[in-house]
Order: sequence, then structure tokens, then C-alpha cells
Amino acid sequence: MAIDWFPLWLSLRVAVLSTAMAVAIGIAIAYALANRSFRGRDVLDAAVSLPLVLPPTVLGYYLLVVIGRASPFGRLYEAIFGSPLVFSWQAAVVAALIHSTPLLIKSARAAFEMVDHGYERAARNLGASEWRVFWRVTMPLARRAIVAACTLAFARSLGDFGVTIMIAGNIPGRTQTVAVAIYDAVEGGNGALARTLVLVISGLALAILTIANRVAASRRGGMPA
Amino acid sequence: MIQAQIRKSFAAARDSSAFSLDVEFEVQAGITVLFGPSGAGKTLTLECIAGFEAPDEGRILVGGAILFDGAAKVNLPPRARRCGYVFQNYALFPHMTIRENLRFAARGRQLEKHRKVNEMLERFHLSEVAGRKPREVSGGQQQRCSIARALIGAPNVLLLDEPARGLDAPLRTELYSLLDQVRKEFQTPTLVVTHDLEECFELGERMLVFREGRLVQAGTPREVLERPANLAVARLLGRFNLLPAEVLALDPAQNTSRLRFAGNDLAGPYLKGHFRGDKVWLCVRPEELKVCSRDGKPEPNQIPMQLERAGETPGGVRLQFEHGLTVHVERAEYERLRHNREWMIEFRPEVIRVL
Repeated sequence: MAIDWFPLWLSLRVAVLSTAMAVAIGIAIAYALANRSFRGRDVLDAAVSLPLVLPPTVLGYYLLVVIGRASPFGRLYEAIFGSPLVFSWQAAVVAALIHSTPLLIKSARAAFEMVDHGYERAARNLGASEWRVFWRVTMPLARRAIVAACTLAFARSLGDFGVTIMIAGNIPGRTQTVAVAIYDAVEGGNGALARTLVLVISGLALAILTIANRVAASRRGGMPA
Repeated sequence: MIQAQIRKSFAAARDSSAFSLDVEFEVQAGITVLFGPSGAGKTLTLECIAGFEAPDEGRILVGGAILFDGAAKVNLPPRARRCGYVFQNYALFPHMTIRENLRFAARGRQLEKHRKVNEMLERFHLSEVAGRKPREVSGGQQQRCSIARALIGAPNVLLLDEPARGLDAPLRTELYSLLDQVRKEFQTPTLVVTHDLEECFELGERMLVFREGRLVQAGTPREVLERPANLAVARLLGRFNLLPAEVLALDPAQNTSRLRFAGNDLAGPYLKGHFRGDKVWLCVRPEELKVCSRDGKPEPNQIPMQLERAGETPGGVRLQFEHGLTVHVERAEYERLRHNREWMIEFRPEVIRVL
């Protein structure tokens, strides 16, 4: 029988989009957590770890409250784009974002903390603005670990199930990602489809993690002794 | 010119005891050395000037600009202070070449930057390695690059934190002549932190002696060595015999005094501000004392002493006598006297300092 590849393409598209957003949000938060002291830092630190420990259904419920059709954000989105956010493929992006950003923040933060602050101090002393310090010194020195963190976030955003099903649902051909499609196939007794998707997604994840590890294991941005 | 008045205290923490820095000094052009043991607050002083640490109160002026003023709540960020800082490990950016490291710190338009970078590469003999990464060049080249990078932005002050620490002898010599060149060519007031007295002599026109967060003496290295302000400074310098003695008599008319050390009388200079019966410390450098054999009648100010140990040093021989007295003599002198049974030590009145 022919295999419907739509879920795989959807998952990849969702993963690419959500990773791009996760990188923008996550790196800013990770840098702030690693290098700045500000009020509410502990709370922010705990809050970004929350999605790692809460059940997906709880996260999904919160998101339904925040982006649902009755919520201010949901109404605004509907007013701008003409259709509701929930139970669309865009909602799957939001789900993947919630799923992957905490991981990205955790590993990016570790990457920033690995950079010897002596270099940042030297850069400031030489007259560099904070922006310049970040782009010319911190980022290049943490680059490999940051790339690895983004790769990891990409891999993770491929595999969200719980939050996706809560806010994007399971609409074949519209919001059905790989993880959801596999669940559907097993429930529906379609063993061949389930097996194929499981193998493809496992292979993909393995490849991505191998790359991430290899990137991270090469030279690190430490200070020479 | 640098004017600094810095007060900063730290409460005792689990891994450190309470510490307070309270110093006030003024420095003109040229090299000034901040000398003192580790934990005296020298590096903290540099960090306060560079803006890495904020004093609790005080005022820091460099070249007429106020960098910090506790009362007026002025605290410029490090990037606005124009203080060239040479870090102990150089902190050259490892992902940039030598040229890019200099370029990062250069100011002005592209063309201007390019010209400045080339000029500095030339001056510091780095042109040939300009395209290499810091880890691919020698230690001396890294050192030159770090100083060039600190200077390229035309800072109002150059700050060096123990620049010679961990360097072997040839590299140290290179550093001293490099800093001498910098002093002549750039006229940037320079502060150098060190705990090495030899380095003070190599570098400094002026030295500030730090101890436990306080400035205990200021002057040329020669002045400080000739006249340590107090017992603590003398101990810090580590170049003195410090011998307990008692003032027996004072004669302002003759400008002399009589002192008693280890049961012997010594003639000394007149001691202003001391009284008869005062317990004092004789402060004499090992190379200022003379030894001789006990042939014939002892001259005035010669004291018999028991030799405990003789040890070779690069410069000669170090003789250790009873009462913890050390004398440095030249090899030839020692060879001549080594079969001595009894030793006499001569304290010439002009070398006797009293603290």
C-alpha cells in the first residue's frame, strides 16, 4: 500500500519553524541567565524548566487557555490571519516550540557559561558595547556548543506528541505530525505505516544527535592556560 | 595623571575573611609599581580603575575625566573608561588572528583603523605573525600583542596585572625592555602590579607599597629600600636583618646614639623621636654588613658572632649567624675567611637603620 508521507513533511516543516523561533527566544534567555543578574532571575530560571517536568496535557491545557479562540491572544491572531490558531498546523509549531525551547535554553546557557568571562571582560575594556561583545566574542567562542544546542532542539521539536494533540489535534492531512500519525496508525491497526514512520523518525533522530555530538565535541572556547 | 581614592570592603564569607581596601594616591606619567604581597588589594585597585569592580565610595580620575565618584553617583562602564588593561593570561581572543585582535580594539574609520593596526604590528614586531591565531605564536609575541592591543585605542592609562608572573627569565627581560619602550614612545601613565621587588627596580620610577588593603609607603624603589617606613614594610621587602635592640644613649650634639644588640654595644646615628630605653629594631641589609676575622683588637662596632651556616647563592655566599643574622659576602671574600674560627661582624654606623 502507498505510504502517506504528509505527516513527515509536516513534522519537518514544524520543526524548522519552531527551531528558528526557539533559537531567537532561547538564546536571548540563555544569555541573560548565564551573564546577567536581574530581579526574578531565579523565577525565570525555574519557569523555563517547567515544560521539562510538567505533563504535556497540563502544558496543552495552559496553551489552550492562552491561545484559544476565546483568549485575547487567540482573538487577535484570528483578527489578523482570518482563522483561529488552535487546531491548525501553526499550533503544532507552538507545541513544538514549547517542547524544545527549554532544552535549547539549558544547553545554550551551559555553552555561554563555558566561555571564559575574562574574554568578555577584555572586550569591554577595549571599548566594545554589550552587543559587540556578544556577537564578536561570546557567540564565536560558544559557537559549536550553540550549534549543538540548536540541533538538539530541532531533534526534540520533531517528536512532540502530547502538547501537539492538545492544541493542534489530529486532523489527517492538516495537523497530523509524525508522532501523532504513529499513534493513529497503531490505534487503527495499520502496522506497516507505523513501522515505517517509527524507523524513519528514529533514523533521523539518531543522525541529528550524532551530528550534534560531533559538533559539540570539537574544540571548545576555553582560555589557554 | 591618575587620582584615585578607593574604599571598598568585603564581609567575611565562607571561603574568605573580611577585607577592606582603603587607598588614596596620585600618579603622574611614567611607570608606577603597585607592590605588595598577594591579598593586599593591588589587583582590586586596578579592577576598580578599569571598572570591573565598583568601589563602595571614593573617586577615580584619569586624565581629567571622572571615572568613578561615589558621592556624585558616577560610575562609567568599563567600555567608556579608556583604560588599557593587560591581563595576566593576556586574554587574547583565541578565535581571532593577531591582526584581528588589534583591529577589535582600534578606534576610528576603517582606513584609520587599518593604518593604526599596521603601525602597531610594525612597532611591536608582529607583522610577520599578523595572520596567525594567538595559540600559534610564541609567548613573547602573545605578550607583545596583548600590550599592543591595550595601547591601540590610545588609553589614558595602561594597567598591567602581574605581567611577569610565570614567565621565564628571557621573557621577563623582554617584557622589561618592552615596557621601557612603551614608556618612552607612548607617555601613557602605567600601573604595574607585582609582588617582586626586583621588578620594582626594573620598571618603576615610583612604587606604592600595599599591605592588607592599605597604602603603607610611596616613593622610588631606592627610597623605599633605603628607608622602609615601618617594620611591616621592612618585613614585606624581605631584604633586611631585623634585629631587636635597645637604645642605651642618645647624643643630639654629636648626632650619635648607643644601641645594645645581643649583649654588645653599637654606635649608631642619632635617633629622632626615640628615647633612652626604647626597644627598637635594627634594620640592616645583608650586603651592608662586613665580616672579618678576629685578629687583633676588635674595632668599634664589630661584634663577635657564631656562624651557623654558609650557603652559596648566584651572587656569592650567604652566611647565617646566630640571632637570625644574615650577611652576604662575595665568593673571594668567603674563600679568604672560610677557615676563620671566630667571626666578627661590622655594623658601620651609617648602615644602621632603626625602626
